[in-house]
Amino acid sequence: MIEIRFHGRGGQGTVVASKILADAIAKEGNYVQAYPEFGVERRGAPVVAFLRVDNKPIYDKSRIYTPDHVVVVEPTLVEAIDVTDGLKPGGTILINTDKKTTDFPQYKAFRVVTVDATGIAVKNKLGTLAAPIVNTAITGAVVKIFELAKLPSLQDSIRETIGIKTEDNVKAAAEAFEQVVFGKAGGK
Amino acid sequence: MKKVIMGNHALSYGAQLGRAQVVAAYPITPQTQVVELLSEMCADKSLDAKFIKVESEHSAMAACLGASLAGARTFTATSSHGLALMHELLHWAAIGRLPVVMGNINRAMAPGWSIWSDQNDSLSQRDTGWMQYYCASNQEVLDTTIQAFKVSEALSVPGMIMLDAFTLSHTYEVVDIPEQEKVDAFLPPFRPKLRLSSEDPRAFGGLTSPEHYFELRYKQQKDIEKAPALVAETGKEYEKLFGRRLELIEGYKNEDAELLFITAGTTGYTARVAVDALREEGVKAGNLRFRLFRPFPFAELRRLVGRSGRRVAVVDRNLSSGCNGIFFQEVKSALYGHVDGMPIFGYVSGLGGRDIALEHFREIAADALKRQPPAEEIVWIGVRK
Repeated sequence: MIEIRFHGRGGQGTVVASKILADAIAKEGNYVQAYPEFGVERRGAPVVAFLRVDNKPIYDKSRIYTPDHVVVVEPTLVEAIDVTDGLKPGGTILINTDKKTTDFPQYKAFRVVTVDATGIAVKNKLGTLAAPIVNTAITGAVVKIFELAKLPSLQDSIRETIGIKTEDNVKAAAEAFEQVVFGKAGGK
Repeated sequence: MKKVIMGNHALSYGAQLGRAQVVAAYPITPQTQVVELLSEMCADKSLDAKFIKVESEHSAMAACLGASLAGARTFTATSSHGLALMHELLHWAAIGRLPVVMGNINRAMAPGWSIWSDQNDSLSQRDTGWMQYYCASNQEVLDTTIQAFKVSEALSVPGMIMLDAFTLSHTYEVVDIPEQEKVDAFLPPFRPKLRLSSEDPRAFGGLTSPEHYFELRYKQQKDIEKAPALVAETGKEYEKLFGRRLELIEGYKNEDAELLFITAGTTGYTARVAVDALREEGVKAGNLRFRLFRPFPFAELRRLVGRSGRRVAVVDRNLSSGCNGIFFQEVKSALYGHVDGMPIFGYVSGLGGRDIALEHFREIAADALKRQPPAEEIVWIGVRK
């Protein structure tokens, strides 16, 4: 079983990203469970979403305390909260940033992977310049890094879920899929 | 068709496939998506139903009663304070013998204002005469909804389907959504023997003297007592068509268990993970998960608990203040005189949405294996004292 935790801010589509991923993973026959942090969502406040993936039915309905990986949808959260809380040693942190993987020495116990999802969203005119919608780009990076689903399955899921600027979102996912930068363990 | 959907939408799809004809509901967190999707289905005609907007849950249930009495298949959904507001009319539906089907998202009662899960809302309605189903997966929510219409209409008893707030209501899982034709073959249209009609005028719910009321309740009881056998039979029929078995109580590695957890709702799924972990650690654990709680499946519980010489740990996500966990009380009462000398302990956990995780089951197991009976006190799990 793989357990992934997502950190974003309310309004960015973090929960929708986990739902799109769940959909793409299920298309390829695996079992999946996606859920938001249980609470009242507020725009701009830190939000958390969770994803469990397995090749057999998932019975655990408790929260994820020790994720295998974390995905940081909103880069400002790196300063605001400890995104590594409970993260298994050697786990991967995917960060939406235009910085280099070596710019995160605080995560030296983990593997840092980056993707400039904000840049990709802006380029594809998703959301506004002030509040770009980065979630579909993030999903492209996630399936690439964790090999959870093939890109075409993800793109089908995006088409089924996103009703506005659908093809721009599909393109954003493909660009993120290509542009992921893998760092090495130990913050190098 | 397999689809990733949230638990709340599993209720909506269940009502749609069951061809509900009237939906009257009032939105409340964490139930809202059930009603949102149903209202969209009514608007785009993918569900041929009358959607009645109301100003409260009391009115929602009142509208459901009228619709059901007129012979329409009727569905609603609510949660916690909404369910509490319906209380008077829940009795009316049950004694009036109206087979309304309702989803209830288990949410703690305020104050402290809470939107998170525990079972006190639905268990407070335990004695109103509604059937109560507790679900652990989105697939089970959908399958139970379809079956609940069939069972309720056959017995003229209303049915309530429970989902844990967020843990199930807002969790996305893969659900196999059956084809409409197959559901139609399983669930025929609702044709009540008596109904409100201008062509055959009758009065319902009139003054009932002591000469007749007692027999009304006797008949109601005799009919609801038929439910466990009918649910089991309907479950088998459903399995033939859809390949999924729905039992009264789901047993997991219970046969040779020395320690038996008794659970309901999503806690009963996490319990399976705990059973596997404990067995690896050398504890022969097992789990029974109530799917049907009203009417109480006495025979099935006694059959599954079986022999003496094992210990039972009932895990309650609810509390009858001044007494103890409600499942604990009922399990003890059902086994009294049937299984000799079985130590049964009651654990209260997870109130107001506090998580119930693997470590909590480990704690329960460690306690249950060494505790000495009798056991009247509550064993609290995960509370800061």
